[in-house]
Amino acid sequence: MLDILLPILIFAALALAAIGALRRVRLWRQGRSSPVSIAKGLAAMPRRYLVDLHHVVARDKYISNTHVATAGGFVAAAVLMILVHGLGLGSLQGLGGVLGWLLLAASACMFVGSLFVAKRRRNPPPRLSKGPWMRLPKSLMAFSLGVFVITLASVGIVPADLGSWIVALVLAGVVTWGLAEMVFGMTWGGPMKHAFAGALHLAFHRRPERFSTKEGGSGRSTGLKALDLDDDRAPLGVGAPRDFTWNQLLGFDACVQCGRCEAACPAFAAGQPLNPKKLIQDMVVGMVGGSDAHYAGSPYPGKPIGEHGGDPHGPIVARPFANGGTALVDADTLWSCTTCRACVEECPMMIEHVDAIVDMRRFLTLEHGNTPNKGGDVLDNLIATDNPGGFDPGSRLNWAADQNLPLMADRQEAEVLLWLGDGAFDMRNQRTLRALVKVLRAAEVDFAVLGNEERDSGDVARRLGDEATFQRLARRNITTLSRYRFTHIVTCDPHSFHVLKNEYGALGGHYSVFHHSTYIAELFDSGRLNLKAWKGDSVTYHDPCYLGRYNGEYEAPRRVLQALGIEVKEMARSGYRSRCCGGGGGAPITDIPGKRRIPDMRMDDVRETGAELVAVGCPQCTAMLEGVVNASAEVRDIAELVAEGLNEESAQDRASRRTQQSEEALVS
Amino acid sequence: MPHDANSQTSARAQPHGGGQPSVAVLVSMGRHPLTERARRADQDARAVEMALSLGDVQPRLLHAGHFDQDSEAALRGYLGMGFDALELIEQEPGADVIAALCDRLRDAAPQLVLTGARAETDEGSGLLPYLLAEALGWPIVASLASIERIEQGEATLLQALPRGQRRRLRVRLPAVFTVDGSAPAPRQSAFGPARRGVVERIACTSLQDAAFAEWRIQPARKRPKRLKIVKAASARDRFKAAAAKAEGGGGQVLADVTPEQGAEAIFKLLQEEGVLR
Ligand code: SF4
Ligand code: SF4
Repeated sequence: MLDILLPILIFAALALAAIGALRRVRLWRQGRSSPVSIAKGLAAMPRRYLVDLHHVVARDKYISNTHVATAGGFVAAAVLMILVHGLGLGSLQGLGGVLGWLLLAASACMFVGSLFVAKRRRNPPPRLSKGPWMRLPKSLMAFSLGVFVITLASVGIVPADLGSWIVALVLAGVVTWGLAEMVFGMTWGGPMKHAFAGALHLAFHRRPERFSTKEGGSGRSTGLKALDLDDDRAPLGVGAPRDFTWNQLLGFDACVQCGRCEAACPAFAAGQPLNPKKLIQDMVVGMVGGSDAHYAGSPYPGKPIGEHGGDPHGPIVARPFANGGTALVDADTLWSCTTCRACVEECPMMIEHVDAIVDMRRFLTLEHGNTPNKGGDVLDNLIATDNPGGFDPGSRLNWAADQNLPLMADRQEAEVLLWLGDGAFDMRNQRTLRALVKVLRAAEVDFAVLGNEERDSGDVARRLGDEATFQRLARRNITTLSRYRFTHIVTCDPHSFHVLKNEYGALGGHYSVFHHSTYIAELFDSGRLNLKAWKGDSVTYHDPCYLGRYNGEYEAPRRVLQALGIEVKEMARSGYRSRCCGGGGGAPITDIPGKRRIPDMRMDDVRETGAELVAVGCPQCTAMLEGVVNASAEVRDIAELVAEGLNEESAQDRASRRTQQSEEALVS
Repeated sequence: MPHDANSQTSARAQPHGGGQPSVAVLVSMGRHPLTERARRADQDARAVEMALSLGDVQPRLLHAGHFDQDSEAALRGYLGMGFDALELIEQEPGADVIAALCDRLRDAAPQLVLTGARAETDEGSGLLPYLLAEALGWPIVASLASIERIEQGEATLLQALPRGQRRRLRVRLPAVFTVDGSAPAPRQSAFGPARRGVVERIACTSLQDAAFAEWRIQPARKRPKRLKIVKAASARDRFKAAAAKAEGGGGQVLADVTPEQGAEAIFKLLQEEGVLR
């Protein structure tokens, strides 16, 4: 009986899965078009899965081994099952017998994997979603066990009629359950959806550059995508789910609700109303239409589940005054994000949370005119004075009145253009700038500054969603820069660094940009800096998000500290797992309240190491971490530490040598 | 997040008229005090905000002046607060716009005319609302803090007085109201509506302002502030002194005097205060 029933079951499941797949594709195609190559993407998909995705999954060894066994077993078992039970190639004669044995092995492997899945689900960590995900291990077992037992019959270990029709019926039931979850559920929105959507998401990812290639591609793509402002019919950001590009929608659908993003998110940990996992699930809810009532993971802190919903064409954020209702998400959820990219870094499905969040912020700022708290003032200042504080743009160089900095306008060319950033208006950062200038002078670097010609890089405007102001500032800066000749730009502000390096390109500005830590490390390596050994307290290092995760620079700052003879006491969360200081993405400006402050949590991380000093490389981090009351550690920029560690004598020697030389020159 | 540039869209969809008063807001070109970049003028933007806060009415924006790149940037700043269109009465640079505005307002016959107290560019004397009210024969109220309600052709207002005091007034409409820094801050101007909004240009003959043409314009100097010498021993005294009303001790009320006597008295006071020497 089973050999009649099985092919029917298998092909029915496959047919239903195909229908489901078409429906799912229709859902994704509600989104806007996106220029990706279908053929190239499909060809690159296996490598993206096996190399890039597994690179992330393997950070959790337990689940990566489990996944290899389960998923590998399933894919093999599914294909073999179609051959053996679907097409009846599993009979004992000829080659077919081998297929049956292979199928046995595959389903056994999958069964072992599903035991480990079940174990993880016994006492799941809070970041995992419950609901339908809790039945997944059982479904996996049903499928693998069912297929195993019926295959025992086909290879002839047990009699073909399996004793009685009752056993056959029970088996058929178990296999049906397995098939329903694994094949049909894959395209109709069950937990296995992640396999179907995930594979296609990898193929058609909106940022193909972020994957490695055989030739060793960079595997990093962090600059935000520019809005086309010349086309006045193009939507300004994302106001409804269908305003996302189709491959962004596809990406949301690929989420496995593993909650790694949630565990990494500083805003979530601080009790602000943001949970990146829930946000992605809400986007799926919006794409399909409905409410978030079926979501079975941690909510946005302070926001109960079941009160939000939407549809592909409806608003994502309800307008205030519009009957006071809610839509898919609340604005404060979007404004809580510091754009630290910890979620993107951790996401095994390579989902781009920050892109989505900024897309939605763009709509709120550019269409609603609704940037919270000081956001509107900061944007007005940027428009009117080219800096967020509203300071007189003519006073950008006032701090350096005693420094005699060479101006690009006078010099026309220099090896290094020193980009000061808006920290030039901030007394604390001016100390860092002074230190950096001292270091550059000690290494006899040929540098010049733009002075009052410099404008804000546009970083804050862009993260606050004001793409128009960003592009205006960027274009003007690019015009200014195009007037001068220089080899590199060096800056002590990772935000300017990132924007100049990764985001000006789309607007026509291509530069070789260095963060000061990288540049100082190179100066040291080439013997241009003479440093004395550090005699101070124990030191830890805080990786700025925009230097680390955004630009992959984890080594240079540590090398500089090492050059000073400092042994860094690493924090538990450092390197690519560094916790944000809370200062990025305009978060201090929009200032969404939570239970704790993000910088306080970071200072607790510092405290755990016992270090008495935390080295940083970013004006924002300095400001945020120094703002912590009762801090256990002092905050110093790397430039300050290096300036302090300069061997002054040698600098003096060199200075006297120089005067000698010039005197000689005068004499001769 | 109290503001929303487009909260008026729903209001705009309804046919207006009925019991709703019509409101016109006169807007002008502003300049940023530090960089002199064109922008919406702060007080005018507050007037627009107040008009929007009236709820279901559909305010109309009106500007009389020269149209160029700068003024367009400034005017789009008002459109970005959530308007589809703005009426521009085209005038030559240096024209006296009062007659043109007056004609237009007579035609449009709004119930309320709201505007900032003083322009940020050109003459900026703050006289325009008064001259306009005079020409139209309407009452004028300066320094509005809020409009509480409008019923049966009468508006109930709160007028801002120094030191945070408020005075409730009832005024028959139509009327001209001016708004200064004591009115609520304007909402953010959003790029999308600012870019989409239409500037409806109305041609109009302009009247050259002969007096203004002869003037020389230079940046204003900060006015000297009178020093208030507070002899206070404790923080409490200092606070009381800061919050106290101006003492009217030495003043006198002149009633039923001839203009000459009045001028005489003012002249004497100015001499005593050392303003005139
Ligand atoms: S978005 Fe990524 S990291 Fe977050 S739950 Fe989904 S798959 Fe996991
Ligand atoms: S970028 Fe950072 S703050 Fe924003 S959602 Fe991701 S982890 Fe949270």
